[in-house]
Amino acid sequence: MPLIVKDWLADHVEVPADLTAEQLAADLVKVGLEEEAIHGAAVTGPLVVGRVLEMTPEPQKNGKTINWCRVDVGPDHNDTEGARGIVCGAHNFAPGDLVAVALPGTVLPGPFPIAARKTYGHVSDGMICSVRELGIGEDQDGILVLTRHGFAEEDLNPGQDAIALLGLGEEVLEINVTPDRGYAFSYRGVAREYAHSTGAKFTDRGLPTGAEPVPTADGFEVQVRDDAPINGVVGCDRFVTRIVRGIDPAAPTPAWMKHRLEGSGMRSISLAVDITNYVMLDLGQPLHAYDLAKVSAPIVVRRATTGERLTTLDDADRTLHAEDLLITDSPAGAGSRVLSLAGVMGGASSEISGTTADVLIEAAHFDPITVARTARRHKLPTEGAKRWERGVDPLLAPVAAQRAVELLVDLGGGTADAAVGDLDDTAGTTPQKAIALKVTEPTRLSGVEYTPEQVRSTLEEIGATVTEASASVEPVETLLVTPPSWRPDLTGPADLVEEVVRIQGYDQVPSVLPAAPGGRGLTAEQRTRRSVARALAEAGFVETLSYPFVGTPEYDALGLPADDPRRVSLRLVNPMADDKPLMRSNLLVTLLDTVRRNVSRGLTDLAVYEIGLVTRPTPGAPAAPTLPGGVRPSDEQLAALAAAVPEQPRRVAGVLTGKRELAGWWGVGRTAGWEDALAAARLVAERARAEVVVVPDPEHLPWHPGRCARLELADGTLVGHAGELHPKVVETLGLPARAAAFEVDLSVLVAAASSEPVAAVPVSAFPAAKEDFAFVVDGGVPAEAVRSAIVAGAGELLEDVALFDVFTGEQVGEGKKSLAYSLRLRAADRTLSAKEVRAVRDAVVESAAEKVGAVLRG
Amino acid sequence: MSTPDEKAPIDPLDEAALDAAVKAALDDIAKAGDLDALKAVRTQHTGDRSSLALANRGIGALPGPDKAKAGKLVGPRRGQINQAIVARQSELEAERDARVLAEETVDVTLPVQRTTAGARHPIELVQERIADFFVGLGWEIADGPEVEAEWFNFDALNFGPDHPARQMQDTFYVAGEGDEESNLVLRTHTSPVQARSLLERGVPLYIACPGRTFRTDALDQTHTPVFHQVEGLAVDKGLTMANLVGTLDAFARAMFGPEARTRLRPAFFPFTEPSAEMDLWFPQKKGGAGWIEWGGCGMVNPNVLRAAGVDPEEYTGFAFGMGIERTLMLRHSIADMHDIVEGDVRFSTQFGTEI
Repeated sequence: MPLIVKDWLADHVEVPADLTAEQLAADLVKVGLEEEAIHGAAVTGPLVVGRVLEMTPEPQKNGKTINWCRVDVGPDHNDTEGARGIVCGAHNFAPGDLVAVALPGTVLPGPFPIAARKTYGHVSDGMICSVRELGIGEDQDGILVLTRHGFAEEDLNPGQDAIALLGLGEEVLEINVTPDRGYAFSYRGVAREYAHSTGAKFTDRGLPTGAEPVPTADGFEVQVRDDAPINGVVGCDRFVTRIVRGIDPAAPTPAWMKHRLEGSGMRSISLAVDITNYVMLDLGQPLHAYDLAKVSAPIVVRRATTGERLTTLDDADRTLHAEDLLITDSPAGAGSRVLSLAGVMGGASSEISGTTADVLIEAAHFDPITVARTARRHKLPTEGAKRWERGVDPLLAPVAAQRAVELLVDLGGGTADAAVGDLDDTAGTTPQKAIALKVTEPTRLSGVEYTPEQVRSTLEEIGATVTEASASVEPVETLLVTPPSWRPDLTGPADLVEEVVRIQGYDQVPSVLPAAPGGRGLTAEQRTRRSVARALAEAGFVETLSYPFVGTPEYDALGLPADDPRRVSLRLVNPMADDKPLMRSNLLVTLLDTVRRNVSRGLTDLAVYEIGLVTRPTPGAPAAPTLPGGVRPSDEQLAALAAAVPEQPRRVAGVLTGKRELAGWWGVGRTAGWEDALAAARLVAERARAEVVVVPDPEHLPWHPGRCARLELADGTLVGHAGELHPKVVETLGLPARAAAFEVDLSVLVAAASSEPVAAVPVSAFPAAKEDFAFVVDGGVPAEAVRSAIVAGAGELLEDVALFDVFTGEQVGEGKKSLAYSLRLRAADRTLSAKEVRAVRDAVVESAAEKVGAVLRG
Repeated sequence: MSTPDEKAPIDPLDEAALDAAVKAALDDIAKAGDLDALKAVRTQHTGDRSSLALANRGIGALPGPDKAKAGKLVGPRRGQINQAIVARQSELEAERDARVLAEETVDVTLPVQRTTAGARHPIELVQERIADFFVGLGWEIADGPEVEAEWFNFDALNFGPDHPARQMQDTFYVAGEGDEESNLVLRTHTSPVQARSLLERGVPLYIACPGRTFRTDALDQTHTPVFHQVEGLAVDKGLTMANLVGTLDAFARAMFGPEARTRLRPAFFPFTEPSAEMDLWFPQKKGGAGWIEWGGCGMVNPNVLRAAGVDPEEYTGFAFGMGIERTLMLRHSIADMHDIVEGDVRFSTQFGTEI
């Protein structure tokens, strides 16, 4: 994002001499240009200009030759003999040269503090700096010789402060430009915003000055042949060409320009290229400079053909896409050779070189979407592309071209051709269409009372043309607002309102809490989610959250068969990790990862749970339709959107490892087991107010085949599973033995939950009768079957039944088990007689015998 | 059977003998060291064979006038002994009770939790608190899918297919069948719930939507690819930016205390116009109190209302969104995002079930 060099900003707007980067940031943020960073002063301490007086080469044992130099660093810094001794390893300078010397106490970027040091048999009392050491470029040529860096010898004196000279002492503000404000990607735009914020005097240097020559018929020939406009917008609607001949290829970029470019984060390359970059940063118009000798007329702007290639300036050989807009020339027929990717990057073939004397300047106007797509496709977010995709002022091209020409003439010694090309097809788009704005609209949206005069003057301040609608029949005054050419983002009344509120100040908006009409509170699903979450926490489970990303190995670890529906997972195109490209189809798979992390950290007595969405895609589901914004889709289109979004049920899963009840002074505690997992699953169902049935499920990995319960609704709908994990899975995952887990579908439970209020049963105050039974049944009879038989036999006098003992052993016989139940009987309206109790007892015994073959133990 | 120290019957009129028997009884009662000893003393001095019982029995044999006299001598003395026994009995019982209780003393500093306490994840707790705040304002809480159609995530929110802002969001894209694009993404913000709620519930609408969102940021101290946001949306006749500011101020106070306040700065989001970044005044800021970024907000862009079939001439609305992780980190001085996402039980356990 743009870096703001203060003295460059001052070309456009009056800024106080003592303006700090912090203050500038504060001023700009008020109008919406956020501070990205403030870059600290690059160099501190005594960095001074020095003149090399003597230079003695001294070959060293290691094969290197160092130079022992005497450097005049000014009377304040010289030793008694009028210089300082400095050892230097570079050789690209000579006695008499003016250089930058870092005296002891200087801190160079790095930070790299300089001190006097003993080396190669001398005391080196400072350092002669290179461009790289000063942090102002990557130049590998060695020492920075100031006269070769654009400084005039008569301006330099030994001892002079080189920090100010090189502009290394300033803090530089970097701002963040939002995508709607392309114009703020220039000093012109930032200066305008600074003026809005502070009221400082602003001069718009992007407006035509009258110095721009009128286009001539004999300008460099350009043709635009766009056969495939995107969204009907031709890729290039303006192409200004200017030619400057006879530039001195060796002419250096002046120091002030280098300073400004480097301060703004751009490398200095060559005068012609630097000028195009300079004008781009200054005004916001990306320019391109071609070596005129390498371009064959006419220039043709066209889309690429499939398979066409271009080697761009970054030396990458690129295969072009049919949508890429190209600047081509015509050495072998019109448009036969590709010169550059329009608006994005130039090609190597027509690049400015060290011998270029005649320069062709391109100042065009491209379609933002065309450039944006090309930049994205080729991963080239260049400075030019960043500006194009945010929108460039279509009226700026001739102004910027003129500016570049003037600089080439002044600094490069060239001569401008009288011929000026300007293929201008922007008439249809500029000025922009006027927007009708009710003068009350800013107040309607902001709640701030603006006067019509404030609205009008603010819009004029941002560069808009404001007139009153002539044939207005509205009861309120309507303004016709034509946005300035550099604000393509202003397309509707709301955009203009933002401008008014922004310039007048967001801090003027009062604080008024609106009165909502009153809602229905949380939904049943939301309340159930809370209730379940809290119940599990109160039952000793700790809630955790895991990322929903998995890979096939995670499913393999659970032992899922190849055709298991849980392997059907949504795949991401660009996952965070290549080995986890899938969206989880169940919660356990990622929760178990959390468990492993805890176990690996020594936390082995665990009860954890997670509530979250899983994704259950339907194979072969249709893709979602692509629909435009700003229009309500039809009901059919909305149905198609709904059909394309995969099922994402909300699940609850939990895992227990180690001790459920801890060891302590009371005993050895109790290891968590299948029953704890099942109890938790049942607790979830109970809190969701759904009736579930539990049946054994011997074939559902990752659970133990003999210790897995399937929970289902009365109609057989699957709710989930609970029990002990399969020993193989436990081993694979490295969990403590006998780890247990559950996973249930909260969405199924919520759907099945009764929404009817509980109809309360009166509480009987009559005495209860307690009856105990011990039944012997076959070992394979489920306890639930025995319980059901008892309940059926006991009838409506039964208040409660509890299994209080399970016993196997010789006394009950081989393959048998004894189940002992305690029943509590009570009537609503009377004390039960002994006879009634006996009748219930007999019925229970009979029912148990008949239904599960139970024999009452004597 | 007779007790070893059984004495000869006392003449019921022998006042001195009676007094001596009383004194002997009182002495024995006082000497009885425990309830068993007292029981023996009771038998000895009030039982059928005791001196006074025998003296009492002897009254019947006395001539008329002596009967009354003897009755007045014997009766009160027996009563005196009985009272003394009752008194001593309760003394001894109190002593015994105190001793038993003392013996039953336990070390109440022993650890007593046989199971470890559970806890909620603070991210969930913060979301519930936020939901409670908005429900308190009369708003409703909306949910939406995490795997979302691009139309809801982008187009309905005025992000055109080539909008630069669509590229700024580091989106997870969902693979389609074969070469076909699915046009599904992992939602990059909770904002798609805006369009969903407008379409499903209509206007006026006041909803908040806390939920999980996704962007392709690598996990580090302050970023996570899977994070949480809360979205607020109000659409009604006559809503203004002032109402947005009022709602944010109230929300800030609910989350950060009565000193909290907010400030808006101009910004850009495709789905709001005007748009603003919202800063929170944060007294606990590192290096001194100051403003910190809390979220984005603005007036609902007319195009978003149109995409949901709402007439922007008639209705206006405001929307805002902020990060739950950021809110939690600020509120609870959490320095490292890893703690929030790793699922280490020691992190959640600090928060219990209420924050």
